[in-house]
Amino acid sequence: MIAHIFDDLCTGCSACVAACPTHVLDAAPDGRPVIARLDQCQTCFMCELYCEADALYVAPDQRVAEAPDAATIRTSGHLGRLRRDYGWSGESDGTPPLAEFWHLGPLLREGAEIAARRYATRSTPPMASADTPGAHPKR
Amino acid sequence: MIAAQRAQDLIEFETDVLIIGGGMAAAWAAISAARAGADVVLGDKGFVGTSGVTATGGPNHWWVPPDPALRAEAIERRWQASFGLAERDWMARILDSTWRTLPKLAPYYPFASDGQGRPYYSGVRGPEYMRALRHCARDAGVRILDHHPALELLVHPDGSLAGASGYARLLRRPWVARAGAVVLATGGCAFRSGLIGSHNNTGDGHLMAVEAGAELSGMEFSTAYSLSPVWNSTRTLPYPAARFFDAAGAELEIPPPMSGHGHQDALARAMLAGRVYADLGDAPSVLKKMLRRIQPASPTPFERRGIAIFEDRFEVKLFAEATVRGTGGLRIVDEDCQTTVRGLFAAGDAATRELVAGATSGGGAQNSAWALTSGLLAGAGAAAHVKRSGRRADGIAHAAGTVALRPTASVERADDPAAIATVQAHTLPYDKVLWRRKDSLDASRLDLDALWRHLAAHRHAEGLDQVGARETAALVATARWCATAALAREESRGMHVRIDAPEVSPAGARRLLVGGLEHLWTRFDASADDGVVSVRTPAQPAQSAA
Repeated sequence: MIAHIFDDLCTGCSACVAACPTHVLDAAPDGRPVIARLDQCQTCFMCELYCEADALYVAPDQRVAEAPDAATIRTSGHLGRLRRDYGWSGESDGTPPLAEFWHLGPLLREGAEIAARRYATRSTPPMASADTPGAHPKR
Repeated sequence: MIAAQRAQDLIEFETDVLIIGGGMAAAWAAISAARAGADVVLGDKGFVGTSGVTATGGPNHWWVPPDPALRAEAIERRWQASFGLAERDWMARILDSTWRTLPKLAPYYPFASDGQGRPYYSGVRGPEYMRALRHCARDAGVRILDHHPALELLVHPDGSLAGASGYARLLRRPWVARAGAVVLATGGCAFRSGLIGSHNNTGDGHLMAVEAGAELSGMEFSTAYSLSPVWNSTRTLPYPAARFFDAAGAELEIPPPMSGHGHQDALARAMLAGRVYADLGDAPSVLKKMLRRIQPASPTPFERRGIAIFEDRFEVKLFAEATVRGTGGLRIVDEDCQTTVRGLFAAGDAATRELVAGATSGGGAQNSAWALTSGLLAGAGAAAHVKRSGRRADGIAHAAGTVALRPTASVERADDPAAIATVQAHTLPYDKVLWRRKDSLDASRLDLDALWRHLAAHRHAEGLDQVGARETAALVATARWCATAALAREESRGMHVRIDAPEVSPAGARRLLVGGLEHLWTRFDASADDGVVSVRTPAQPAQSAA
């Protein structure tokens, strides 16, 4: 869910208020966004994509509100990363942003084929074992 | 608020065609109606560009070159998977219009190479696709009204559509529109499962249309799920090669995604037994390098949670897609995508996709081709309807809305979250949805009917509260139609599995219609091959199965 709005970066353009598909934000009189209905946030990151000032941070858990440390976010490299990755920031490494998009279908198929081959070649189901290496999922 | 102030606040407008919705089907409908010469307003609950399940995704479109043999083969293969409920003509139609239409979006969408030097048209990325459709609609003369959720439809005394009214949520003002025709492209309903992009997909169009006299079809085909981390619903590109583990670290025996029901059923069983963790170490090496360039939003939640997506294990669950990837929706009765109500058209996931997919989900590619084509047809059909019948903006029209707008008894304080929790208790659990049986469906009906009766009697909303109240009502209504249809189809067919009736019945190769508000009814349609049904004006309902 949306977790932080950086006041010093926000220009008050209200683009995020308009772009949020689920009406999470209200515009204050100066145009800055106010988180008014956090329960409606679906963690879709669209507000970040539409924020040309990279002033918003959406935390990754869509179930609960998170309050990450603002200073940590600022130096994390996450601010504006999504917009740059989409190629919406005007910066370019010379490759068109959608140059690799055609891989989508073949990669979905390849993943499914890997799973099918693995399933077919497995002679016996793996034994349950508490000491399987890497058994403990990270939080 | 006194009447004079209320009248001053009201936004009133008229148009030839009003499109309700804001995803790809709605946008294509708007473009199509405008190009047919109609005055078009596109009004969405959210923002045309970010609303709906396409905006956050990367839809691939069913894409077969216009070689008669290739097309016939593709259609036959899909028809065989439809359990007798799809129509080859409709499949041919969506293949053809998708092939001809997508390349024309080139002025608005940056089509790149297919890796072999030709333009890659069939797959498009959600945010860029919806942005392109917004700009294309705007240039076609469409008036776009973001954050203008519709609340109810307006109907002429003869039963045909007269417009809609709603609430402009950023402006905090009610709106009312008179239109010669209305297209509902409000999406499917995922019961607020958390499925990415689906928060707005609460079945609003289903409810409004049924209130105006429309019928639904295939609501029993509403059992799809998709896999994601428990804390964030992403697109599914990273997961097809996943291995799965239980909480103790033992690998689970999960049939591969290509095995159809087996994969999802095994995952669901494991998740009912305990936590399930995914390991993406086996993912294609090209995917590991390119995921970010293809779908930037997929690695994002992992990075922000400090998880190495292809190295660390993480807990997963199945997010319900219900009628978003399921095929049920408003019944379509002609090649203009008209519903049984004159002047009311439906497109995309709001309409039944049985015409092309039958009892199985068509998967993303077929679904996108359907959304595009049904949008084009509904938009053009709506424009043609207005040319024939006129805008008729001056005559009397009555507002068809029921729950939350016109309570039938004393108003009581509302608890929408509790109502939604009740809906979800019957629509999200894997065992109730994937392995249906009569006693459990009966219990769902009892609970949901009681909830509906309570809301119909006592719920009243004003101002912005109307939006959420109507969403809640639509969720309850849609859950009732799904359960009622699932009860009436006493067999297993495609994604609809009745463990108390596991066989495919030869007599079941017919569409199942459902409708009604207070009293629900079901009725098997004539066989799919009997062709086009005539458009009726409302009223009617036949047999009650409820």
